Amino acid sequence: MQSNALYAFFDEIGDITRFTGKFFIELFKSRFELKEFLRQCFYIGNKSFGLVAITAFIMGLVITIQSRPTLVEFGAEAWLPKMVSVSLIREIAPVITALICAGKIGSGIGAELGSMKVTEQIDAMDVSGTNPYKYLVVTRVMATTLMIPVLVTLADAISLYGAYLGANIRGIVSWDLFWSQVFDTIVYSDLFPSILKTYFFGFIIGIIGCYKGFNSKKGTEGVGQSANSAVVISSLLVFVIDLLAVQITDVLNLN
Amino acid sequence: MTTSITTNSIALNKNSAKPVIEIKNLYKSFSSNAVLIDFNFSLYPGENVVVLGKSGSGKSVLIKCIIGLMKPDKGSISVLDNEVPQLTSSQLDKLRVKVGFLFQSNALYDSMTVRENLEFPLRRHWFKTSQSEEDTLIIEALSNVGLTNTVDMMPAELSGGMRKRIALARTLILKPEIILYDEPTTGLDPITGKEISNLMNDIKKKYKTSSIIISHDINCVKIVADRIVMLIDGKCYAEGTLDELKNSIDSKVKQFFE
Ligand SMILES: Nc1ncnc2c1ncn2[C@@H]1O[C@H](COP(=O)(O)OP(=O)(O)OP(=O)(O)O)[C@@H](O)[C@H]1O
Ligand SMILES: [Mg+2]
Repeated sequence: MQSNALYAFFDEIGDITRFTGKFFIELFKSRFELKEFLRQCFYIGNKSFGLVAITAFIMGLVITIQSRPTLVEFGAEAWLPKMVSVSLIREIAPVITALICAGKIGSGIGAELGSMKVTEQIDAMDVSGTNPYKYLVVTRVMATTLMIPVLVTLADAISLYGAYLGANIRGIVSWDLFWSQVFDTIVYSDLFPSILKTYFFGFIIGIIGCYKGFNSKKGTEGVGQSANSAVVISSLLVFVIDLLAVQITDVLNLN
Repeated sequence: MTTSITTNSIALNKNSAKPVIEIKNLYKSFSSNAVLIDFNFSLYPGENVVVLGKSGSGKSVLIKCIIGLMKPDKGSISVLDNEVPQLTSSQLDKLRVKVGFLFQSNALYDSMTVRENLEFPLRRHWFKTSQSEEDTLIIEALSNVGLTNTVDMMPAELSGGMRKRIALARTLILKPEIILYDEPTTGLDPITGKEISNLMNDIKKKYKTSSIIISHDINCVKIVADRIVMLIDGKCYAEGTLDELKNSIDSKVKQFFE
């Protein structure tokens, strides 16, 4: 029984790897579906920006309020903007945005492609002379890969604004002072790796959503399952990539 | 085992023309479930052949193998002199322009309007259709099924029978030489079912198509069938005209017409 589960696990990893390989093969074949790609980009940005903005704002605010007492204890209250901005930019904004997108976009892609699969719409595309992999998968994965970094960048800015308000609830930090401290602290070596990893987050969210949708089992239950497991697996992989990214930047001494 | 009944008219047809679809020794199974076992079949130009068989007997699998959506385990499928299982994807694309396929579930694209649904088969890059040519084709396809006023509606806004007819219009928009219908009248009321059956006959006359029609609906079979093939136990168990099969003494054949 246990070896069966283990077998299924490695089997699935193999399938996902093959699916990803196919993505790169199809990506470089002619005819990029620009219109569908742009439609997906708009859809992703439009659908998740509100949610990302609210969460990022609250995270900035809350982290700042929570961090203050500890810093006050050490008499280091003036360090508040520095400390908070580093943790927001490096870790919190990217990961929270990725998780929200895994929930919102990953499940959406899983459910959409899943229902297209079970109602034979994907076969119908194939018969109509449009490669469904290119039309559906390549466009969606490209869109998540490129849009999630954009959303993260916006989340960075909004969460820092939240932090500014948080810093002003108890002490008084002027607008200029806050931002000059933030920009003194944040250097390219903070920003660059943290944005770079979000491309991988986006890629994973897109590819897992598409993989789950394309392999959806028949029936409405199957579609629900694909949406659900798309979220679970891509969220988990976001953390795995995050862990790897920390290790790599550490080894390269970018910290 | 196989009761082969052949009428004179069909025999004549068989001698005079080359089949447009020829299937030889086709095998297809899903893990331990053998669906098609040594299936043989030919479709001749200008005929409507109905495939009859119980639910789950492999009728949909059969026509999916013909269009190249499923790969057979063994055997040869020749469509307009192309050996389907061996075609590359671009050759298959070219062949599929000439073969229309109506899905059992319609398979209309939910997220697109009727117009976009009909445009989809025209998107192939080697087709250089202008916007006005495209519009003409769309209007022609919709008027064939009598639904020109639905052009800007979404599939969800249509009734089941209308959806079936839009799916049919999408199948016909490229004026295929061969049409594969998977249960075109199932789930429709008898009147709409009859309309669709008559439509299929009209299309055959108008565009000189040959078709394979999967159907359980005896009223539809009466209207459209030139010949009937019975798919039983994974084989082409019997074939003939409706009257011939009705009078068959074989118990497995008889039960379909009781
Ligand atoms: N993708 C698939 N994977 C595994 N088994 C399949 C698949 N498609 C069909 N089958 C099996 O093949 C058999 C034939 O299925 P098929 O859909 O061809 O039946 P059918 O004759 O069209 O029935 P119906 O009249 O209900 O549509 C069934 O036993 C089904 O379980
Ligand atoms: Mg079927």
